[in-house]
Amino acid sequence: MKKHLNTLYVTTQKAYLHKEGQSVVVNVEQESKLRVPIHTLDGIVCFGVVSMSPFLMHHCAENNVAVSFLSEYGKFLARIQGPVSGNVLLRREQYRVADRSAAASAIARNILLGKIANARAVLRRALRDHGEQPALKTAENRLSQYLRRLQQPMPIEELRGNEGEAAASYFAAFPQLITVKDAAFSFRGRNRRPPTDPVNAMLSFAYTLLVHDCRSALEGVGLDPCVGYLHADRPGRPSLALDLMEEFRALLADRLVLSLINRRQIQPGDFNDSAGGAVSMTDAARKTLLAAWQKRKQEEIIHPYLEEKCKIGLLPHLQAQLLARHLRGDLDAYPPFIWK
Amino acid sequence: MSFSDSDLLPLSALQHYIYCPRQCALIHLEQQWTENRFTAEGRAQHDRVDRPEHETRDGIRYEYAVLLRSLRLGLIGKADVVEFHDDKVFPVEHKRGRPKPTHCDLVQLCAQALCLEEILGVKIPDGAVFYGQPRRRQAVAFTPQLRSETEQATAALHEMLRSGKTPPAEYDKKKCNACSLLETCMPKKRRAVSDYLQEALREKAP
Repeated sequence: MKKHLNTLYVTTQKAYLHKEGQSVVVNVEQESKLRVPIHTLDGIVCFGVVSMSPFLMHHCAENNVAVSFLSEYGKFLARIQGPVSGNVLLRREQYRVADRSAAASAIARNILLGKIANARAVLRRALRDHGEQPALKTAENRLSQYLRRLQQPMPIEELRGNEGEAAASYFAAFPQLITVKDAAFSFRGRNRRPPTDPVNAMLSFAYTLLVHDCRSALEGVGLDPCVGYLHADRPGRPSLALDLMEEFRALLADRLVLSLINRRQIQPGDFNDSAGGAVSMTDAARKTLLAAWQKRKQEEIIHPYLEEKCKIGLLPHLQAQLLARHLRGDLDAYPPFIWK
Repeated sequence: MSFSDSDLLPLSALQHYIYCPRQCALIHLEQQWTENRFTAEGRAQHDRVDRPEHETRDGIRYEYAVLLRSLRLGLIGKADVVEFHDDKVFPVEHKRGRPKPTHCDLVQLCAQALCLEEILGVKIPDGAVFYGQPRRRQAVAFTPQLRSETEQATAALHEMLRSGKTPPAEYDKKKCNACSLLETCMPKKRRAVSDYLQEALREKAP
């Protein structure tokens, strides 16, 4: 397992990455700006006009370093992939389970329990820190209801229905979690294609980073990121990566965005408006978010199921491993990550 | 029974299997950390490239990196060194570390001897394992017991890989802590997921 968890995010436009010995070198306008030994990296994410030598691509594939190319605004474009790794028998089992509705919905249900419990934990933390607020309390109660309802097995369609309602309750309370009083950061529900306000722009960007990490975690244990249980198959959609990230949305992405806003590390001026109403983050704002993200990944917690200390950045890898262990018959069910 | 070319398993898998069947399955079925393993194996092989393929000293011919195969056992691999004396063939396996508590090195050497017997049509009564720490040779006699243990382990290895099933973990502190796949394996007994969920979702006032 990769212990370093360092992802190199390259946001400087026209940067060129190449290999020198065992290092990754970043050149900007013919000048080398950064040199990182490859064995300290587990991923490279390039935003916008960033190029890379084929030799570095080979080297990354050989060293299990995930390389992704995103648009300047974080839309996924391409990635470098080495030979298909992992156990073909595991992938077959993943597909078989996807075709068995009871087994698939059991996994989806546990994922949802994790997602909703973690969203509730974010609300509870706010209630504890800022006192009783009716909107927060209402949403907290609703999420508790959904958690109770999900104690029973149910078909996948019903699970998805409950998820939609739980997410709506959570996002209805979301404005209460933003404590800075500035019209730029008012939040009137989640929108994403494209995001039309600063909060949604930040959430979308943070979710993109999370998908990237979840996808490489799944590939690392040999699972197919495109065949999921909660999310139905759709060509081009990394359904299992989306499943895996559900448990982490509130905890890793939402809280990060909230703290950047509430601590005024991101300001209303950190966004660009386009003519069509889309809102995007400026380069500087993306860098701030990336730095905070990277720092957060190094923090340590106790994994609630494994009861072992681990870095936050390793959580997707550990959960992917637990899912693989369940699919291969080691564990009686999939234990979602539930934040305490 | 005779195996075909495509069914041959590496001798290293046999050694993994003797150490821990689950470790063997994680490497050869689950394909975990192949890149580390190949890097390590590549390095080990590179060491050998620097040596001559064979040499003769004091009337003994030393052959290095000898290719081995047994269609009877279904194994393929390499012997570090095979000594050809006037009256006998004598395999020597080199290990960097110290003698291990399990039989895995002895079984690996015996499997090499069985391959050599099949290839050369000779009887090989004994061999040796050379340990780097401390630098000494341990003589190994290929007794009927060791031969039968090797053949049974080889059959069990074939059966496990054919079944495609990774066996459950059996936590053994000493062995597990020395294993490079400890984190992938997660060998410690875990509570039932339903108990975990019940506890984690317990209602408590915010």
